[in-house]
Amino acid sequence: MEKKLGMATRDAYGKALVELGKTHPQLVVLDADLSKSTKSAEFAKVFPDRFINVGIQEANLAGVASGLAACGKIPFISSFASFLTSKGFDQFRMAVAYSQLPVKVVGSHGGISVGEDGASQMAIEDIALMTSLPNFTVMVPSDEFSTRALVKQAADLPKPVYIRTSRPKAPVLYTAENRFEIGKGVRLREGSDVTLAANGLLVFEALQAAETLAAEGISASVIDMHTIKPLDEALLLEEASKTGHFVVCEEHQIWGGMGSAISTFLGRKHPSRMEFVAIQDTFAESGTAEALFEKYGLTSPHIVRAAQRVLDKIKSC
Amino acid sequence: MIAPLSIDELKVKTKLIRRDIVAMTNAAASGHPGGSLSATELLTALYFKVMNHKPEQPKWPDRDRLILSKGHASPLLYSVMARSGYFDPGLLPTFRVLESPLQGHPDMRRLPGVEASTGSLGQGLSIGAGHALARRLDGKNYYTYVVMSDGEMNEGQTWEAAAMAAHHKLDHLVAVLDYNKFQLDDSTANICNMEPMTDKWKAFGWDVQEIDGHDMAQVVAALEKARNVKGKPAIVIAHTVKGKGVSFMEHNNNFHGVAPTKDELERALKELV
Ligand SMILES: Cc1ncc(C[n+]2csc(CCOP(=O)(O)OP(=O)(O)O)c2C)c(N)n1
Repeated sequence: MEKKLGMATRDAYGKALVELGKTHPQLVVLDADLSKSTKSAEFAKVFPDRFINVGIQEANLAGVASGLAACGKIPFISSFASFLTSKGFDQFRMAVAYSQLPVKVVGSHGGISVGEDGASQMAIEDIALMTSLPNFTVMVPSDEFSTRALVKQAADLPKPVYIRTSRPKAPVLYTAENRFEIGKGVRLREGSDVTLAANGLLVFEALQAAETLAAEGISASVIDMHTIKPLDEALLLEEASKTGHFVVCEEHQIWGGMGSAISTFLGRKHPSRMEFVAIQDTFAESGTAEALFEKYGLTSPHIVRAAQRVLDKIKSC
Repeated sequence: MIAPLSIDELKVKTKLIRRDIVAMTNAAASGHPGGSLSATELLTALYFKVMNHKPEQPKWPDRDRLILSKGHASPLLYSVMARSGYFDPGLLPTFRVLESPLQGHPDMRRLPGVEASTGSLGQGLSIGAGHALARRLDGKNYYTYVVMSDGEMNEGQTWEAAAMAAHHKLDHLVAVLDYNKFQLDDSTANICNMEPMTDKWKAFGWDVQEIDGHDMAQVVAALEKARNVKGKPAIVIAHTVKGKGVSFMEHNNNFHGVAPTKDELERALKELV
């Protein structure tokens, strides 16, 4: 599969906000002094009256969003995923999730593809945090088209939502014609031996891995699980009965990520052999995004090896 | 122990430190030159004159501590550390390179002499208060310096720490505010105005000095005076210029988180002789 880089998912978020601004007068956008990086600045340029930059105060941002939502606004709030989900967590817990208010939390610079800025700026635990909150929908879209569509749907969902976007340009996987639905994964490739369930930037790596595996005579399905919560249980069950073997691929700490969510579900409903391509319980560091993906085991060759392991083609490590 | 420099020697040293900052960020093609250049006099005075420390013995129990709460100014920290003897300046070009101890933001487990891992703004003053409490419990005499940015004044945690440190009469705790008037998206005045800054810290029970943060004599005098404050924490509010020392970077927030190009580096180095 040829790699064609498109917009970063954070850029697609900025574009979607501007489109939403035109159709949703109740939409307000807030940021915590990172609007140029999260791309909420795109909205600010067009709708300055409905944009508030609160400054570097993520906890306050989360609380303010709760108040706005309680008054009928649709607040989209952004900062780096690392700071927003950790510093805003108590507020998300009490004033958003428990209070069932439709605040849309969008954390940019998810994962280690942040690169040179290093571990302090990298969210590798945001999915664990946000999926742990009842009432939250949690998504990690993979390219510009899915991001745009899912951000727009999130605006109309009367619930709290967390969306992670990423820093680097993302490989294009879809077109403007593709349809997406929150909570419904996308089967990008049919296979019968093993299912590669991925989200975010790892969807492209999984597609590449599937090609390599095909050349070795292994037939791999690839599913884009852009929504982690609620899980697309029907799709997972279909895959489980067909392949019975999974490799879950994500740019997240192995504890509490999508791998945990999928194995908890399958463990109950359709026990399957599982492998995990994820960050192995460590913080990352500074370096280029490419070098970090290689070092922390997130590239397609790592997915290929995980698939071989889960199918007992090579010995487990 | 390093021999304290004179005011004139310190001024000369700032040129070298600023050269390092522009060179490191250029080599890394990323990093934060603006907020590193604004605090150069502050850290140069601390590392080469005011602080009692032994670069060859970074865990010396009686050392003064410096916590760089505004962790994105890591190029500045690495430069003063290298130039005062914590590590070989030959390592500076590895800034932000895979496996380098010189991480994008300071990492206390990778680089001996870094007192706190920072990069999430607003945490430093609390950590500093912890060091100051430990000092009192241990009956020691060291000072803890916390270098903060005006952007960090936005964070609630800063004010939690401010109230708590004053309540517990934490002297030997010295905050240094690099008041360069800019944060990331815009000026501090436009984003979340924190004025009147001095009155706020006074109202919180701190000893406050306000200085020109680029006047080395004022910087040294204020930092030394802060050591004599008894029964309360002290803050030095240093008025500074973001990008200070390089004409085209001064007051130019585009250089907050963007490195100079090769051409800009050459122009900067010509100015810093
Ligand atoms: C908690 C947190 N929120 C956001 C950021 C992203 N960020 C990095 S630097 C910066 C603003 C820099 O302004 P200031 O703190 O005043 O530093 P200076 O101007 O002195 O460089 C921001 C928002 C961060 N590092 N930590």
